[in-house]
Amino acid sequence: MHCSCVWSSRALSPALLPRLLSHAGCWAPGTRPRGIWSSPRRLASAVETTQPIPLPSQARVVICGGGIVGTSVAYHLAKLGWTEIVLLEQGRLGAGTTRLCAGIVSVAKPISIECKMADYSNSLYEHLEEETGVKTGYVKTGSLCLAQNQDRFLSLKRLASRLNVMGIPCNVIKPKEVSKLHPLVNIHDLVGALHLPGDAVVSPPDVNHALATAAAGHGVQIHERTTVNHVMMEKGHVTAVETDRGAIECEYFVNCAGQWAYELGQASETKVSVPLHGCEHFYLLSKPLPEPLQPSTPVVMDMDGRIYVRAWQGGVLSGGFEKNPKPIFTEGRNQLEIQTMQEDWDHFEPMLSALLRRMPELEVCEIQQLVNCPESFTPDMRCLMGETPGVHGYFVLAGMNASGLAFAGGAGKYLAEWMTYGYPTANVWPLDIKRFGNLQSSRTFLRHRVMEVMPLLYNLKVPRWDFQTGRQLRTSPLYDRLDTQGARWMEKHGFERAKYFIPAGKDLLSLDASKTFYKPDWFDIVGAEVKCCKEAVCVIDMSSFTKFELTSTDDQALALLQHLCANDLDVPVGHIVHTGMLNERGGYENDCSVVRVKKNSFFIISPTDQQVHCWSWLKKHMPDDPQLHLEDVSWKYTALNLIGPRAMDVLGELSYVSMTPEHFPSLFCKVRNLFSPGHVMFIVYALHVYNEVMSVGQKYGIRNAGYYALRSLRIEKFFAFWGQDLDPFTTPLECGREFRVKFDTDIDFLGRASLLHQRQEGVSRRFIMLVLEDHDTELDLWPWWGEPIYRNGELCGTTTSSAYSYTLERHVCLGFVSPPSLDGSPAAVTPDFINRGDYEVDIAGQRYPAKAKLYPFSSLFAQQRRRKDEMELSNFQGK
Amino acid sequence: MPVTSQLFRGFPRAKLWGSSLFPCQRQLPCCPTSHRPTSSQLHPIWPTAMPVRGYRRSPDLHSYNLTPPQVNSILKANEYSFKVPEFDGKNVSSVMGFDSNQLPANAPIEDRRSAATCLQTRGMLLGVFDGHAGCACAQALSERLFYYVAMSLMPHETLCELEAAVEAGRPLSPILQWHKHPNDYFTREAQTMYFNSLRTYWQELIDLSSPGESLGPREALLSAFKRLDSDLSLEAQVGDANSFLHYWVLRVAFSGATACVAHIDGSDLYVANTGDGRAVLGVQEEDGSFSAHTLSNDHNAQNENEVARIQGEHPPSEKKTVVRQDRLLGLLMPFRAFGDVKFKWSIDLQRGVLESGPDQLHDNEHTKFIPPNYHTPPYLTAEPEITHHRLRPQDRFLVLGTDGLWETLHRQEVVRIVGEYLTGVHQRQPLTVGGYHVTLGQMQGLLAERKARASLAFQDQNAATHLIRHAVGNNEFGAVDHETLSKMLSLPEELARMYRDDITIIITQFNPHVVGHQGTWT
Repeated sequence: MHCSCVWSSRALSPALLPRLLSHAGCWAPGTRPRGIWSSPRRLASAVETTQPIPLPSQARVVICGGGIVGTSVAYHLAKLGWTEIVLLEQGRLGAGTTRLCAGIVSVAKPISIECKMADYSNSLYEHLEEETGVKTGYVKTGSLCLAQNQDRFLSLKRLASRLNVMGIPCNVIKPKEVSKLHPLVNIHDLVGALHLPGDAVVSPPDVNHALATAAAGHGVQIHERTTVNHVMMEKGHVTAVETDRGAIECEYFVNCAGQWAYELGQASETKVSVPLHGCEHFYLLSKPLPEPLQPSTPVVMDMDGRIYVRAWQGGVLSGGFEKNPKPIFTEGRNQLEIQTMQEDWDHFEPMLSALLRRMPELEVCEIQQLVNCPESFTPDMRCLMGETPGVHGYFVLAGMNASGLAFAGGAGKYLAEWMTYGYPTANVWPLDIKRFGNLQSSRTFLRHRVMEVMPLLYNLKVPRWDFQTGRQLRTSPLYDRLDTQGARWMEKHGFERAKYFIPAGKDLLSLDASKTFYKPDWFDIVGAEVKCCKEAVCVIDMSSFTKFELTSTDDQALALLQHLCANDLDVPVGHIVHTGMLNERGGYENDCSVVRVKKNSFFIISPTDQQVHCWSWLKKHMPDDPQLHLEDVSWKYTALNLIGPRAMDVLGELSYVSMTPEHFPSLFCKVRNLFSPGHVMFIVYALHVYNEVMSVGQKYGIRNAGYYALRSLRIEKFFAFWGQDLDPFTTPLECGREFRVKFDTDIDFLGRASLLHQRQEGVSRRFIMLVLEDHDTELDLWPWWGEPIYRNGELCGTTTSSAYSYTLERHVCLGFVSPPSLDGSPAAVTPDFINRGDYEVDIAGQRYPAKAKLYPFSSLFAQQRRRKDEMELSNFQGK
Repeated sequence: MPVTSQLFRGFPRAKLWGSSLFPCQRQLPCCPTSHRPTSSQLHPIWPTAMPVRGYRRSPDLHSYNLTPPQVNSILKANEYSFKVPEFDGKNVSSVMGFDSNQLPANAPIEDRRSAATCLQTRGMLLGVFDGHAGCACAQALSERLFYYVAMSLMPHETLCELEAAVEAGRPLSPILQWHKHPNDYFTREAQTMYFNSLRTYWQELIDLSSPGESLGPREALLSAFKRLDSDLSLEAQVGDANSFLHYWVLRVAFSGATACVAHIDGSDLYVANTGDGRAVLGVQEEDGSFSAHTLSNDHNAQNENEVARIQGEHPPSEKKTVVRQDRLLGLLMPFRAFGDVKFKWSIDLQRGVLESGPDQLHDNEHTKFIPPNYHTPPYLTAEPEITHHRLRPQDRFLVLGTDGLWETLHRQEVVRIVGEYLTGVHQRQPLTVGGYHVTLGQMQGLLAERKARASLAFQDQNAATHLIRHAVGNNEFGAVDHETLSKMLSLPEELARMYRDDITIIITQFNPHVVGHQGTWT
């Protein structure tokens, strides 16, 4: 049985389309779809005469996957004017996870870009019926996020603050108001709730169907029962897609294969890693209640009980994200087997108990069915989006972490923009597939990690949580040494980094267990490390940083870097330059330090998570020149950062004693000023120099420090960090880094035109530093990031990072502000706007006054003067 | 008080009316090395100690509440596990290993168990032995029977080598590798005598066979069982110059024991059963559930074939007397057994042996007691019934148990409990709602109960222990109830036997990677 059908406006007259779509002979004879969303069209006894319409031999874009994500990408591409789009589906449209998912569209998501996507999806689905005439089951029910404890309530209030920034309506409400909105909720153990009136429910297969209909209306060809076998490539570009019904030549391929995306990625000529893993997800359907539940009843999300509940055909639909998820073992399985996934009542027991606790009246309600729906999860709970690092034209959109329906609209839009304009209209770095390396796509790692990720969806997320599973993928050679000295670890891009060092004698267990939105237990530990950095010397292992070597026989390396970097790299050998790598818009693609090691050899140091992104950025712009050579040497060098006023003494003594080339043949030593004028920092690249440093440094009071200390130092110094403060939409002008741009040369670097333009117009947003006043470190909530900033009572921006400054004894937040636009066009930031406003930072609904600053405190530079001579030895600052 | 009903469910469980021939064993450990009976202890308990009124007493007087750790320490005292070692990370044997355990009701326990790997031939031997009228016969079986089986399985050449080695005074290569719990002991004093009897047996086997020949497992088991029983009988008739040994062989012969033995070699499973022990195979069905496949027949009054056999072996005039009150000659529950010469020897022989026996026997009224209607001995045989089963991939485990287990739990229940234990909670038969009217509240209650049951399994590292926990502690809902368990285990020695029998269990797990994937090895 191999029937196939095509949904295409080429094959069908547009007038007939809706009817034909409704009755398309795409259901196999005798098989009735087993989805829970039975709608009349499914039952239509179609005449099974449709012959498979042959696949086109070529197309511009081939999309694999006819679920909600794939159809959304097709829809948005078509809307953006793309033609020759082919969508292939191995089974039937929406027959995978889409068929089974619960149909909730909520904006209650952990990060802002996800909220944005969900918000867009919501309004897209709302108007889809109007646009296509296909019923989508859209009901704007609103939703209620319940809090059983104060910590949960705080996290909901923080979410509310963020949603306010985006203009998404939400209300923090009391338990009593919950019972007014929902007839069944037991409110006795609640401390409060967040009401999101805009949230909605839909029938996912119908939305899928509507998107397909609309896409077909725009010329997208949809072929069902067509399996993509593999993707063919040539010279790093997608050339064609091989299916079980023949090949299609194409320029672009989009992998929207859901839980099969991993296998599909592995099946291309150059393997593409799509790090996701499926888990079973259960929800219950009840029969109608004695008094049927109204379809407009709000969705309830009781995250402390790990469940969600929505109205469904007079009864309820309730599922959850349990503590002990069951990963699916998909290796070598085909699509048909998805239907054989078993109900597992014993597994569902905790969620059933939570449901009956939340809605005791349901006890007498009869069970309809327990649905087992596969969901794909990624290593960090964010979806996978964008062009793959190795292959041009190979895009991925998958790994929706059980929010596929909520994200599909927005994510499809962003991906379509990405394919059209080279980048989406918003910063999607948290979702960019390039944030993962190959290590994070091993099957074993994924299986362990998704077991942690799925429960995390409903876990209380406090600031600075770390994943516990799949750790120690990459470690510094000093790992064991530091671990025995009390290091507590965090993970970045698979690399273990020390957060802080627990002094001997401290209770380790109690330190690791506490989770809080308030002052953390490591406060004094980090404080001591910071003090040592300021008064003596500390050593920080920074081996995780991404390190590349770019060499050429002639001056190709310099030429490339001069083109890619905003700062001037034509410096004397041995000098270090801090520079951004900008895109056409002048936004930061990377923020790095480049050392000119030899005339034609450069050493590039970038943030840890830039390993894949920066590599692919460099590769993308590298001319095809065999004389130009780029190598990732991250693993080759151990990087020690000596920080503090006595760093120079330690290093001087060390060099004097033993740092001869014979002792350390691979030694690469540079005095450099990384984050902060005022603190001399050295980076020593060598293996096992650590012991020497520690023994020599003993008389200077050397000690280990971790990343938390470093973060506090960099933030109080007003130093922006890529990935946190800087993103592809932020220009050097907006963060006060004009001095790191080679405006005075006539070298045409990437982004120059945009920057010149912006310099002329003035910036409409500005990176500022806010020092919280009237904020009690002991008793008040700590800022984190993403807090709204108010100026004279008016919302004007959000924070991007924050830390306690042990020097100022205040909290410092970094963030962007923009003046209100008067006539619709963005207004330029003026010094008055920054200096003459009353600023406030909103932490979970409470506003704290703050002093805004454009430049760091000069008092922090006291030591700079003392060290002036040394400073002048090297030309740190660029121009 | 629901527990009372639980406690009174038992009948008097003594296998032989009149219980013990050697009542002194009640006070003394069974180990004969320390056995120095004094005449004051040698009072006949027959017929005064008929356990008729004992269990009418209120158990409350004697029951204590045990804490869960106390219960566990009692249940786990005799547990033993063996895992077949792996080579190169692979277990090529069809057996993964076994769990065994026993729980005494008699003091001392009259059950015995044995497990050993045959070293000269292939295969593994596992057996449970249920003694009555003392533990001597069961003890002898646990030490000797597997040697007899191993000998019977040996090819002619191996037997010849063995004989030559003994002849030349060379050390013998080991025949069996025993897998013993520290409480499983050997009777050191009797080893020489046992060895001589065994040597006589293999010499006969050499004479009877010709080069290149060996017995098949079926013949070997049959021959070994019969030979050992006749050796027990013969040793008692001949006696021994050492008065202690003489006394010992008489104790062995005058007590009795049933035996249920499994021999597993590759995919071939042979079960030889004499008496009312039982071997049950746990078969996993396609839907994941377990069903019981019984590989032995009980030799007792409930088995019509056995009743017919016994009646057929004696003149029609004895038809009414040979089986009375579901007992052989109105006395013995199992219809086949080792030892029990009172049911095998002629009256003259019994009198003759007793008269020439050690003084200790003379005061024993019981020895002089001849079963009523004793006209045409022998009435009892040790001949086993042998079953062969070819293991299939769905055959997951084998439960060997003495009747103490089978009279408390139905075999289907046994297999379910063990199956669920071995496969873990997740393999439990999944619940499906499919079409039934179940409310959310009902489902929650059901799931809570299943969860409670599953958590019990985690207390035990040994499947046999887990099974005993159920056998002793199940309440009317089929769930282990701590109160029941505590009451049953805290019964004083003299009462325990009224409510339960000794329980001995060996659970052998098969290796699914080997079973059903290989040709015949024999």
